[in-house]
Formats: sequence, structure tokens, C-alpha cells
Amino acid sequence: MSAAIETDGHIASAVRTDAPPAIVLDKVNKWFGALHVLRDVNLQVATGERVVVCGPSGSGKSTMIRCINRLETHQEGRILVDGIELSDDLRALDAIRREVGMVFQSFNLFPHLTILENCTLAPIWVRKMPKKQAEELAMEYLTRVRIPEQAAKYPGQLSGGQQQRVAIARALCMKPKIMLFDEPTSALDPEMIKEVLDTMVMLADTGMTMIVVTHEMGFARQVADRVVFMDRGEVVEVGTPDQVFNDPKTDRLKMFLSQILRGH
Amino acid sequence: MSDITVNTPAIPAQSARSAPLTAVGPIAWMRANLFSGWLSTAVTLVCGYLIIRAVMGFVDWAFINAIWSVPVDGRGIAQTQACRDLHGTGACWAVVTEKHRFMLFGTYPYEQHWRPALVCILFVALYIVSAMRRFWNWTLVPIWIGTLTAIGILMWGGVFGLPYVPQERWGGLPITLILATFGLAFAFPLSILVALGRRSNLPAIKVLCVVYVELIRGVPLISLLFMASVMFPLFLPEGMNIDKLLRAQIAIILFAGAYLAEVVRAGLQSLPKGQYEAADAMGLSYWQKTGFIILPQALRTVIPPLVNTFIGFFKDTSLVLIIGIFDLLTAGKTAIVEPAWQGFGIEVYVFVGLIYLVFCFAMSKYSAGLEADLNKHRRR
Repeated sequence: MSAAIETDGHIASAVRTDAPPAIVLDKVNKWFGALHVLRDVNLQVATGERVVVCGPSGSGKSTMIRCINRLETHQEGRILVDGIELSDDLRALDAIRREVGMVFQSFNLFPHLTILENCTLAPIWVRKMPKKQAEELAMEYLTRVRIPEQAAKYPGQLSGGQQQRVAIARALCMKPKIMLFDEPTSALDPEMIKEVLDTMVMLADTGMTMIVVTHEMGFARQVADRVVFMDRGEVVEVGTPDQVFNDPKTDRLKMFLSQILRGH
Repeated sequence: MSDITVNTPAIPAQSARSAPLTAVGPIAWMRANLFSGWLSTAVTLVCGYLIIRAVMGFVDWAFINAIWSVPVDGRGIAQTQACRDLHGTGACWAVVTEKHRFMLFGTYPYEQHWRPALVCILFVALYIVSAMRRFWNWTLVPIWIGTLTAIGILMWGGVFGLPYVPQERWGGLPITLILATFGLAFAFPLSILVALGRRSNLPAIKVLCVVYVELIRGVPLISLLFMASVMFPLFLPEGMNIDKLLRAQIAIILFAGAYLAEVVRAGLQSLPKGQYEAADAMGLSYWQKTGFIILPQALRTVIPPLVNTFIGFFKDTSLVLIIGIFDLLTAGKTAIVEPAWQGFGIEVYVFVGLIYLVFCFAMSKYSAGLEADLNKHRRR
């Protein structure tokens, strides 16, 4: 594990129990052909809650969060985001995608647009924001991820860590209520992981509802309200970072933890 | 931006010096590439000899022994005996001097030739304006409509005191430019829609696009032109007649559209899935995603094969000669039917070929520049 984040203190929880849950997964099942990739997945994420999802590769964790904004479609069960049920209704889908930001493992910035254009595209065309206002907003978020000076450059001119921070800023420019992170540091060189994790910690500090698929245990300890351990398409254990990492109940989790600890 | 400081021991930097001339200069290049051994030296010398012979032979034929003009007798018949006496040792450019107006404008009334000439200039101006990135916005639409209207008025006439010229008398370069310009201007947007349609989730649209592409691609352009000129009128109700040029034009648009669609589809295929996902995740609609993210990247990638196809179709317009449309090449062929000029085909085809070359080379150079310019973001 990267030692980038010291577990010197868990940041304050922002869970709001008075508000309705941000995300509900109710007995969600999904198959890729004959392969059963999600098996009866149940999960509730409260508004303001920060959930870290971990598990071995192929455990379905990426598929699960990709179902939340329907980059993948689930075949059984219900998913509710911000009170709206995901279905074939395109209007509901648009409404959900406006409120859910996503950060990908491979950044997926648009290489033919400048950093600023990457950030303003969706606010202008989806949120119908005036261009000037969108640019001001973009500069505000670029400043927050500490790269305002790169605004006029193209993604290809930036380092991986910088690109991922732009991707975070780009998602934030839509002012989402929920942020999904799909292994945001897995494609990065070790020395760039810290700058991206720092940005995510900062975001957590603002009370954003977050679901993060990651293997960064230090980050999980510092930020997560709950850690979800998945294996072979199932949610195996759910608990506070302390419970999951220090007091694993199942053999599968024990084995996973011993592997990732030995591996580093 | 990274907070990590890298402690590397200071390496004493050597003062940089330029590479020795024998390693990078033209002499070094020649030694390495042309005279690196006895075999390569021999090949170089033999090739050099053949190239020099060929160039000298061409210069002799095209310039030194060439005849540039011949006298014309009182009845308007050219006296080409001098040309015939050359027995092929020199070019008879007199045929071009005498016949260039016919080759360029066909059977268009002679005293009205300024009209198709102006049309050609308008076309070229339209290409130049459209090529400038400064005009890549909505102002191009009125510019195109205005120019094409002016071209139509000039060619047909019948208004503003211009005598009416029926379409059967049009010919030469304007025909080639009309077929190529309208052909590509309509085929390109059509091809984008078809390429998108082939990747659509809607089965009906997908099948329609696949059938269109496969059907048109599987048939030679010549047979399509025949169908357009001979078969198509049979299906029309009595008395209704779409003119021949328009029918050929539609055949060319459909044909070019199918080929370009496959090129565009290759570009769509080359985009990583992550680009689609990122656009979806941001909530962009299908057309926003396609217009802002997918097509700009896909089309940049396929500029070389796209221009390749454009150039191919510019020249393929000459196939309309088989259905009797008087384009540049047909006009050239017809120019040497006259007894006085029979046997001077090479000179005419060189002249016609040069005109095609000018247009195609311009397209090719422009696309190379455009490619470099639009793909700037790929360079670090």
C-alpha cells in the first residue's frame, strides 16, 4: 500500500441521517453473458457518507459503481439514486447523470479540448450555464485542485496526476451531489498517487457523498465512514475501517488483507 | 506540482557540441545511403544514368523540340503539317493553344465563355474560403448558398440580360467542378450519418445503413451511372424528367457516401470506449456527445484516408464520360476528334492531367497542413 496517507486522524464524518439515502442498491444482480458478476448486492449510502469499496480484481466493485450511473445496466433488482429509480426512462437517467460525477481509472479527459474546455463543456451544454460563468466556475475548481495555471493546455501536456486532478475538477464543475471514483489512482505512478489522494481528502472534507473503489487502505482509514469488501460479485463484509481492517470476520477478507499487506 | 523532491547526485554536464559535419551533412547522408558499398554504388550509378536520360528525353520532347503554335488558314482550319513532321520527337502544344477553350468549356457558346470561366474562379474562391479555419462557423452557410446561386445564374443565364444556355451545352472544367463539389459536399454529411447509423442501437437504422453501404460498395460506379442515366427514367411517370447531370450527380453522391461512411466509421472505431463513457457520465445527450467529443476526434484521425477518398472521387467524376456528360476529360477527348488534330492525344491528356493534378495536389497539401494543425494536442 502506498504510505501516502498517514492514518493520523479520521476526518469528521458528514453523514446526514435526517436526509433520505443518496444511493440505494436493492438486490442488484448482473450477468456478463453467463458470468454472474453482481449477486444480490444490497447497499445504502447516506447523504454525506463516504464509502470505500475494496476487493480483489474481478470482484465486481467497478461494475457495481458503474451501474449507479448506468454505464452498465443491471438486470435484476432496484437502484435508486437521489430518490430516482434507474430504469429505461431516459429523462430519469439524464437527471441522475447530472447529479452524479464520475472519475475514471484512465482519466478519460477529452484530448482535443483544453483543460478549461474539458471543465466547461458539460456545465454549458447540460446545465445551460452562460459561458463566462462556467469558465469562472471551472477556474475556481481548477484552483481548488491546485492547477489553475494549466487551464489553457491540452490534457496530453499534463502528467497523469495532474490529468486525474483535472478529471476531478471537471466532474465537480457539474456541481454533483454524489461523486463516484473508479480506481482513481490505479493508473498512476507512485509519486503521483499522493497528489490525487490529497485532492480526494479535500473533497471529502467538504461533505460530498462519495463512493470510492480503491486499494488505498490509508485513504480508506482516513476518509471512509464505511468500508465495503466485495468478492466474486457479493458484498462480503461492511463496517467501519477499523472493523474491516483490524477485525475481519470472514476468511475471504482475511486472505485479501494478508495478500495486499504482503504485496506491499 | 508534485510534492516529492528527487535527490539525484549532480552529474557534471558535458558541454554540448554540435555533431561533426561528416556525420550529419549531405555528404555523410550520400555516403550512408547511396555509396555504402560496391553494390549500392553500382545501383546508384545505373539509376542516376536512367533518371538523367529520361529527364533529358522529356525536356527535349516537351520544350526544346516542341511547337507552340501553328498557322490557321482562312477557313479556320489549323495547318498542323509542321507538327506532323516532328514524328513524335517533339510535343505539339499548338493543340492546347488552339483548343484550350474547347477543353475547358466544351460546347458552351463561344462568346459566353467568360461565364464558365468566372464559374471556375468562383469555385476555386469558394474552396479557398472554406479551407480557412477563420471561416469555420455559420458564415460559411450563406457564403456557400450565395456562391452556388451565383454559379447557377451564370451557367444557366436567362436573367439579368444573360442569354439562356441549356444544360446540354455545358461542358469541360465547370462540369467536373460541379460534380466534384456537390458530390463531396453532400456525400460527406451523408457518410457521417451513415457511419453513425451503422453503430446505432436501433436495429432498423443499423440494418438500413449496412444494406446501403454494402449494396453501393458492391456495384461499380460505372454501372451505377448507367443505371442513373438509362434505367432510372424508366421508373419515372410519363412526362417527368430529371436532367441527366442531376441523375449522374445523385449516383456520385450515393457512391461517394458509401465509401466515405466506411472511412468515418473507422475513425469512430478508433476512439477509446472511455471517451464515450466520460461523455455519458457527464450527462451529455447523444448529439452533444457526438458533435463535441466523438466526431471531432474521429474525423481528425481519419483525415489521411478521407482526403485519399476525396481525391479519388474528384478524378472518378471523369467516368461520367460513358454516359455522355461533357466533363473536362470528355471535352479533351472530343477536342482531338477534328481531323487536323488527330494523333495529338498525348499533349491533350498531359494538359488535362495537369489540371487534375493541380486540384488534387492542392487538396493533398492542404490536408497535410490541416492534419498537423488539428492534431497539435497530440504533441507534448
